[in-house]
Amino acid sequence: MIAYLIRRIFQSIIVLLLVTMITFILLRAIPGNVAIAILGPSAYRNPQVIAQFDSQYGFDKPWFDQYLLWLGHLLEGNLGFSWTLDQSVASLLGERLPKTIILVGEATVIALIIAIPVGLWQATQRNKAVDYVFTGLSFLFYAAPAFFVGNVLIILFAVNHHWFGPEGAQGGWVSDFTDLHDQVLPIITLAVLTIASFSRYMRSSVLDNLTEDYVRTARAKGASTRRVLWRHVVRNSLIPIATLVGLSLPAILSGALITESVFNYPGMGLLFYQSAQKQDYPTLLGFIIVVALATVIGSLLADIAYAVLDPRVRYVKS
Amino acid sequence: MSSDTSPVVPGPGSIVAEAPADSVALGTAPPGKPRSLFARGLDVFVENKLAMVGVVLLVLIFGFCFLGPLFYHSDQVHTNLAIENFPPQKGHPLGTDDNGYDILGRLMSGGQISLEVGLAAAVLATFLGVVWGAISGYFGGVVDAVMMRLVDAMLAIPTLFLALVVVSMFPATETELIIVIALTSWLTTARLIRGEALSLRVRDYVQAMKVMGGGSMRAVFRHIAPNAIGTIIVNATFQVADAILLVVALSYLGLGIRPPQTDWGGMLNAGLNGIYLGYWWQIYPAGIMIILVVIGINFIGDALRDAFEVRLQRR
Repeated sequence: MIAYLIRRIFQSIIVLLLVTMITFILLRAIPGNVAIAILGPSAYRNPQVIAQFDSQYGFDKPWFDQYLLWLGHLLEGNLGFSWTLDQSVASLLGERLPKTIILVGEATVIALIIAIPVGLWQATQRNKAVDYVFTGLSFLFYAAPAFFVGNVLIILFAVNHHWFGPEGAQGGWVSDFTDLHDQVLPIITLAVLTIASFSRYMRSSVLDNLTEDYVRTARAKGASTRRVLWRHVVRNSLIPIATLVGLSLPAILSGALITESVFNYPGMGLLFYQSAQKQDYPTLLGFIIVVALATVIGSLLADIAYAVLDPRVRYVKS
Repeated sequence: MSSDTSPVVPGPGSIVAEAPADSVALGTAPPGKPRSLFARGLDVFVENKLAMVGVVLLVLIFGFCFLGPLFYHSDQVHTNLAIENFPPQKGHPLGTDDNGYDILGRLMSGGQISLEVGLAAAVLATFLGVVWGAISGYFGGVVDAVMMRLVDAMLAIPTLFLALVVVSMFPATETELIIVIALTSWLTTARLIRGEALSLRVRDYVQAMKVMGGGSMRAVFRHIAPNAIGTIIVNATFQVADAILLVVALSYLGLGIRPPQTDWGGMLNAGLNGIYLGYWWQIYPAGIMIILVVIGINFIGDALRDAFEVRLQRR
């Protein structure tokens, strides 16, 4: 187990290094002159200003030197300075990250609270009306694009009926808990997609477990259906869900990008979108590092959770 | 050496994961003359009502998009502000948009692009993923480690972010959009196929072929890839749905097909301006088409998974 952990952590570090390299190359491959994007179109007339900008920010160096320079700063915890928002990237991310974490967290918790009982219920009522209804709903919500759902919700509940606000909570992270009037619609938009996939997994996970020998053994020993379901099946069925949550992180964050744009929610997704349009490289790089770190840690935790929750899993070197 | 022990990442399309128990019941062959695997698989597929619903849905949608324009003529190139934002009425059954394009006609031409991009991107992504995954899994060792860490790294950056960066490098024509989406969505396929290749390469027939002097390329392309066909096809089906949804997301972020061409995502995005003025007909038709086509594809993918599961059990 320890050897496995060390190997996994070592792999994760290599993956993170590759992430920085890939994103750096990609961002530099985007056509267009950074100096002109930052200084404005009138800089065209003044090559001296461009040259000065390039040397100040190191754009006159070969890309690999630029990369090492940036990586060196990164290891010191310096993510650079946003070119458009006049703020250090670290403080910018520090402001936006909690907002996204809370939105994603709220949506994921609600998705789990709904999806787990629904999946379980579907599995026990397999091929009955309830199962078909929820299967249909999960297919429907999985197929609906996030911004379609978001805008339909805004039209129905913020414009036609003034039940909720059309924008997400705009204040600091505390408002994400207190300003429910504004926070409800973004949470629902993001949760709807995850509920669809989580409940499907829960359903098939329970169905898988119901065919296992231990269920028959428990029934043979006289355990009631209720006891078998709650004491044995549910616990084992939650194992794949635990890893699923860790592994769905990138998909949920992508959903958050759209949801944040729809609800003008000042989180990481909106920041990424706005920086991408303005070629704000330091912010984009800082953003991708944070997301990649979250993703890599998420899948690491998922693996560990899998090993801890399921004693049958033996991670031995082949 | 198997360096990667992490469980296979469930792709976003695989919400339709189904317990194998279903297919066991369906796939029981009647006693007597054994039937071919293909026939048994086809039985399971045809018996699945949802799959048939999916097939009918897709046939109708394809017919609507590709044959519809032969019967229903509308100008999808020239804007006509004299007829902008018309509600549904005679001559414009679904109304017009803010440029005076007829929405029913636009639904057809936009649908052609959505479907073409979705299909082509899925095929390209599947090809890339299969080649990458099969080579990685077959050779193993250092090759596998390097190739898979690269996949892990790209997977760590959410697809939409990757696509957002890549798409800003190209002007968004149909071909470029296909390439961008393929380049960002072959990763899960590569992982799945690698897993298959790892188990297939130690099979007796692959070993036998090597003893007879067959090369590595022959092993990968003649033996490993064809035997992973079930996984490949099921995965490719879900890729089509995911690609269509990704085009929609990119259109919403302003990085989709350039006008006067459009896709369903572009129609949705354009319709958002009018929706707050009460022009509901500008957003719902495209939204409903996207949902229907994705549902249809997922139904089919689901049934294909069951059908191939029969094959796997009889192997």
